Amino acid sequence: MADRAQFREGEIVAERLSKRFGPAVAVVDVSFSVARGEVVGFLGPNGAGKSTTLRILTGVFPPSSGRASVAGHDVVTDALAARRSLGYLPENAALYGEMPVGSYLRFVAEMKDLPARGVPAAVARAMADAGVERVSQRLIGTLSKGYRQRVGIAQALLGDPPVLLLDEPTSGLDPEQVTEIRALIRGLGAERTVILSTHILSEVESICSRVIIMHRGRVLAVDAPARLEERLRPYREVVVETVGPVAQTLSTLGAIEHVVATDLLDQPREGVAVIVVRTEHGSDVRQAIARALADAGIGLRELRPLSMTLEEIFLTLVGETSASAGERDAAQDGVNPARAGAAR
Amino acid sequence: MRAVKAIALRELRTYFGSPTAYVLVAVYVLLTGYFFYSDVVFFVTFGGYLPPTGLWRYVFLDFRLVTLLVLPLLTMRLFAEERKLGTIELLWTYPVRDRQLVLGKFLAAWVFFLILVVIAMVPFVVFYFFYRFAPGPPLAGLLGLVLLGTSFIACGIAASTVTENQVVAAMLTYGTLVLFWFMTWNESVSGEALVQVLLLLSLFDHYYNFTLGVIDTRDVAYFAIFILVALFVALRSLQSRVWRGVA
Repeated sequence: MADRAQFREGEIVAERLSKRFGPAVAVVDVSFSVARGEVVGFLGPNGAGKSTTLRILTGVFPPSSGRASVAGHDVVTDALAARRSLGYLPENAALYGEMPVGSYLRFVAEMKDLPARGVPAAVARAMADAGVERVSQRLIGTLSKGYRQRVGIAQALLGDPPVLLLDEPTSGLDPEQVTEIRALIRGLGAERTVILSTHILSEVESICSRVIIMHRGRVLAVDAPARLEERLRPYREVVVETVGPVAQTLSTLGAIEHVVATDLLDQPREGVAVIVVRTEHGSDVRQAIARALADAGIGLRELRPLSMTLEEIFLTLVGETSASAGERDAAQDGVNPARAGAAR
Repeated sequence: MRAVKAIALRELRTYFGSPTAYVLVAVYVLLTGYFFYSDVVFFVTFGGYLPPTGLWRYVFLDFRLVTLLVLPLLTMRLFAEERKLGTIELLWTYPVRDRQLVLGKFLAAWVFFLILVVIAMVPFVVFYFFYRFAPGPPLAGLLGLVLLGTSFIACGIAASTVTENQVVAAMLTYGTLVLFWFMTWNESVSGEALVQVLLLLSLFDHYYNFTLGVIDTRDVAYFAIFILVALFVALRSLQSRVWRGVA
């Protein structure tokens, strides 16, 4: 069967995964496949089922139904082999605070059953890759959150697993640390298959080649971040703030090629207008706008593209799928997706 | 069993890296030393008894109390702390089986306990230089004490897996162990027939022979079964994350 072939081929494969805890449903019918070398983002609000899905993949607990494989090993029937081929960074990187970084990593190397003679080299390499050599003697508990996160990543890298699963790697970090950790992950993704979960859209855009959007335990969409926006919104919008006669401004903007509509959003002061210019997809009219306004003698104060926020993407996706999903559920097992999610 | 060794060594390092371990050692040594001294004074003052019935019996019954006091405080953190801090999740993602986790932590507490017992044996050695007693009976008592303490540890580990609160884990251990102690005290409550059954189940009724210098295979078998059952409970309790979740 085609299904089975795919189950073996992808580096990470989830097939109709569901997980229930008593009456609460955490994950419903989640399927996806991640190819070798891909960096994929799990995007969703808190409680969307991202962590539960990652815990199924790492073998913390088995799914209630469905199956999954990591590097070709079934996470339930071949659990230890699957775990050997993955490195996991749990949410908040809960590590042993009372241990020095170096001896902690040596402990992890033993737990991962790395060859005894290779342990010092493996630890040194993981520390170098994660950038924690400088603090190898420090107690983990005394490190900053950013460094603790790095130690968590070093721990995941030990044994050089082909698959990395990172649960919210940048949550709780300050902006500088976020930039550093993202750069680190981007570097790691060059030679590994990575899934990282996050609820920050820009993170996915900057690191991931594909995004899996989860909401209330279900997969809503799987696509490249840019294409997802394209699909959800078949037009582009640019916000323009101008100084000059409003009516003339609107007509000037409306006359530009590819512009579909202009919309006066706000008039903060007399003569100042905030206008949304909507264009066909695939056309960038920002230069044309600047030139047209300059030619007409209208002052340009601001010009910025308007991209979708995570909230907008969710609202659109939920609106798009809720009708069909609701029907499917009613037919299958009578579970209302809204209620099932709320039960968590 | 490399993972078991790694876990056990990590736990031992954690014990001795915190003041708790030293306080527990100090209390254990102080109390056993006090009991040994007072029992020897009693033996010398009242005389006329053989050492097994007049001295060793009291010494090992007293050591039992100190062990009961200290060991639940030693085992309470083993799983509860990892659950509280969330560090246990990572352990579950390594290529290590749950039984290796349980065994590693069990060994750590056991080695710690053996260190306590070895220190508590020093007075016996000193006493031997003044009074050449037959070493057999106290060695039997020592074996009984080790088996009893090992049972406490197994029970404490099981209790530590069911909660993320260390105090709850300790109280659960005390409750279970004290129940196994007192349940044979009042036969008028349970009735003659039931008491016979309870005597078979009671932890401490299997310890008394050892204190008198008698090693009975039934008693040894009882402790072995108690330890295995408790460790099995711990293992099943860890696996409850399958239907209960992690947090």
